[in-house]
Amino acid sequence: MGIDFLPDKPIYQQLIDRIMGDIIRGMLKPGEKLLSVRDYAIEAGVNANTMQRVYKELEQMEITETKRGQGSFVTEDVEKIALLRNEMREQLVTSFIQNVEALGFSKDEMVLYLQEWGEEK
Amino acid sequence: MIELNNVSKKYGGQQALEGLTLMLPLGKIIGLVGENGSGKTTLLKLVAGLLTPDSGSATFSGSRITRRVAASVAYMPDADLFYPYFTVGQLFDFYESQFVDFDLIKAKEIAQFVNISLDSKIKNLSKGNRGRVKIAVTLGREADYYLLDEPFSGLDPMVRDDIAKGLIRYTDTERQTVFMSTHELKEVEPLLDEIVVLRGGRVIAHEAVDEIRDTYGKDATSWMVSLFREGS
Repeated sequence: MGIDFLPDKPIYQQLIDRIMGDIIRGMLKPGEKLLSVRDYAIEAGVNANTMQRVYKELEQMEITETKRGQGSFVTEDVEKIALLRNEMREQLVTSFIQNVEALGFSKDEMVLYLQEWGEEK
Repeated sequence: MIELNNVSKKYGGQQALEGLTLMLPLGKIIGLVGENGSGKTTLLKLVAGLLTPDSGSATFSGSRITRRVAASVAYMPDADLFYPYFTVGQLFDFYESQFVDFDLIKAKEIAQFVNISLDSKIKNLSKGNRGRVKIAVTLGREADYYLLDEPFSGLDPMVRDDIAKGLIRYTDTERQTVFMSTHELKEVEPLLDEIVVLRGGRVIAHEAVDEIRDTYGKDATSWMVSLFREGS
C-alpha cells in the first residue's frame, strides 16, 4: 500500500526526506502548491496524523509555508532551497565517508574510483 | 476516551482476557496485534459493548460500557454480516434506519471511492467486494470509535489498498479513533499511530510507531518479534 518505507527510520522522517528530495530535484517548484494533508496521506498510504506532522516540520524548517485557507506551498526563497541542497549534499558525503573509512578505503582511492565509475557508465 | 482497567473475561470456556488495562484516546489509529487466541476479538467485542467483563471496569467517557455504547462505537466483525438478498443500496438504507449517526451521503461516496455499485446484490459480490461493502457501511457512520476486526485478512492486495485508502480518506484523525486487529502488521504499520500487543489476554506493550523506530531503530514487525523472543 502506498510507498515502501525503510525499516530503521521513522516514517514521518522518510516522508520529509522525500518531499525535500522532490524540491531539490525540481519536481516541486518554488511557490508550488503541495497536495492537501489528506490527499498526500492517501497517496503515500500513511496516517493523516503522520502527514500533518510532516507538513508542520517542513513549515518549521521554512521549506514550505501555509497560506490560510489555501494550503501549503513550497517556499519561493530560492536561496533557501539552494542552502537545503547543500545541506543534503553534506549529509550524503558525510555518511559516505563514514562508510568508506569504516571499511578501510582511502579517500583518494575512492575519488579515483568514483571518477572511473562515472566514465564507465 | 475508552478505558479498560484490570479487565478479566472468560469466553468460550477459556480465560480470554486476564487483568487487561488499556487506554484508547480519541484521534488515533491504533493497531491491535498478537497471536491467535491472544484475546484480540474478545477485547474488541468488550469495547463494542457486546461482552461484559467478569471483573474490572470498561468505561467510555467515564460511564460503564454497555450495549448502548453502540451509538458512538462502530464495530466491524471479522465475519460476513450481510443480508444476502439486499442490494448495497438497500443495505445502506437499513443501516440508516438502525444508526442515528449513519450518513447515507458519506456511505454512497465511500462506495463510489472503493468502486462498488449500489445496485449490486450482496449475494452476487466477490469476497473482496463484500470486504469493500463492509468498510463502506462501517465508515458510513460518524462514530467516535471504529473497531475493526481483521479488516484486511484474506483479501487481495487491490482490496486491501482500497480499504486502507478509504480508512485514511473517511476517518478524521482529529476527533475519531480507529482500533483494528491485524495480522498484516508490516503492511498496516504506515497507517498506525500506536500499536497494542496482546499476549495471553494481557497488554504486553503499547507504543507509538514513531517511538519504536526512533528508540529501537527497527520497524514494528521486527520489534514485535524481539518482544516475543524476550518474553518467552
